[in-house]
Amino acid sequence: MRDVAVIGVGMTQFGELWGKSIKDIFVEAALKAIKSAGVDHIDSMYVGSMSSGLFVGQEHLGAVLVDYLGQNPIPATRVESACASGGAAFRAAYFEVASGASEIVLAGGVEKMTDGADVTDALATAADQEYEVYQGVTFPGLYAMIANAHMHQYKTTREQLAAIAVKNHANGANNPNAQFRNLVTLEQVMSSTLVADPLRLLDCSPVSDGGAAVILCSMDIAKKFTDTIVKVKGTAQASDTIALHSRKSLTTLNSVVSAAQKVYKMADVTPKDINFAEVHDCFTIAEAVVYEDLGFCEKGCGGPAAEEGRTAIEGKTPINTSGGLKSKGHPVGASGIAQIIELYEQLTGQAGKRQVKNAHIGLAQNMGGTGASCVINILEAV
Amino acid sequence: MITPRYHREIPQRYRLEAGKCQKCGEVSFPPRLVCPNCKSQEFETVRLNDEGKLLTYTIIRVASDKFFGTTPFAVGIVELNDGVKLTTQIADVDFDQLKIGQKVKLVFRKIQDEGKSGLHCYGYKAVLV
Repeated sequence: MRDVAVIGVGMTQFGELWGKSIKDIFVEAALKAIKSAGVDHIDSMYVGSMSSGLFVGQEHLGAVLVDYLGQNPIPATRVESACASGGAAFRAAYFEVASGASEIVLAGGVEKMTDGADVTDALATAADQEYEVYQGVTFPGLYAMIANAHMHQYKTTREQLAAIAVKNHANGANNPNAQFRNLVTLEQVMSSTLVADPLRLLDCSPVSDGGAAVILCSMDIAKKFTDTIVKVKGTAQASDTIALHSRKSLTTLNSVVSAAQKVYKMADVTPKDINFAEVHDCFTIAEAVVYEDLGFCEKGCGGPAAEEGRTAIEGKTPINTSGGLKSKGHPVGASGIAQIIELYEQLTGQAGKRQVKNAHIGLAQNMGGTGASCVINILEAV
Repeated sequence: MITPRYHREIPQRYRLEAGKCQKCGEVSFPPRLVCPNCKSQEFETVRLNDEGKLLTYTIIRVASDKFFGTTPFAVGIVELNDGVKLTTQIADVDFDQLKIGQKVKLVFRKIQDEGKSGLHCYGYKAVLV
């Protein structure tokens, strides 16, 4: 396979975009990405969306969006892997370019969550409908059960989880596209409304609208279009049981461990080589567990790492410099692509006040459900 | 939830029927066509032990519309004595009594009402022993 580059990115503001439809949101992000890359056409596109059918009653999303983007008759496919749809769409685009089948491919993601659907019910479709959701469990509930088990097994504290939300809001405050640009305090997180004990409102990523898109092309021709190029150094995906209860451990996400092993091998790096990462902090506990399972620290140290500032922008391994899902927002299908955009901006020195010093290699970890699917991509500055 | 879909799950939800792999002995709940442990496709139907312990739990304060009016309620992951694990509501419980490791048993209860018809949907819930 040949080397692949990311040559342009674009995203909408994340938030409650009442005046914009799913088509408007995607097209805005895609046009920005195409303009940023300096290309005059795309050969193909993939769009990640978790549940456009439930959120806005629209399936056949590839066809809808390529039509409104004015790019007919190029092939366009919607990719779905729940909350990892964006990461999976990026991976599909990567392979299409790496294989030589296409030269310039758009990888996008979009979700429109505020058009009136029962969001809790729609998100719950990422879990086992008959054996988890039937009992009334919600996504905050599933992650709350991971949190309780983690607190029991590793003595992770409520304060440590809150520190993750505080850190991510501090980062998001410097991200102009973030849904929440306000700072929060430890006390505010720990006194916010209980959603599913021990998780509170400020432990949870929000309901968001948003779109994101990136342009990939072969490394051979990248320089023809732009000087701001990032190399795709590795990509991997892995799966785990759909139901949380079927796993041997409730505190280790095996899809993350497995995808990490594969992507580190492909990129020929170790966790120590990763300068910063965007991880799937749908809930604060998720960031703690994923940080451990990516090999950035021993099991059980995810909480202390945040509390001690090791994951802050000036820390040893900055995590979620964009604000993460928590502060930037979580329009589900767009999140995996927005992670790639943060990597691109950091690796090309365009992250402004969020800029990580010496950002050379970045990792984006995107997962579906309680980690039944996980996609990890590693990008490198050129 | 339409009736055929509900009807298919009755052996599991009412009678705790599981599939025991004829090759490696792994018990799958619900029954599967392929053993996740050894990939065998031969099973016998067994009934689960209805007692076990709580591995983790939460209290759902915000539920989907289907469970509106029933919050707050407790949900947990239970490991039954035969090693099978499942997600279940925990009924008749003072939330302060909940702790990891607590002994529980499964009982037959109403779980939810079907949206349009209001048909009662049943299944198992855990209660403290």
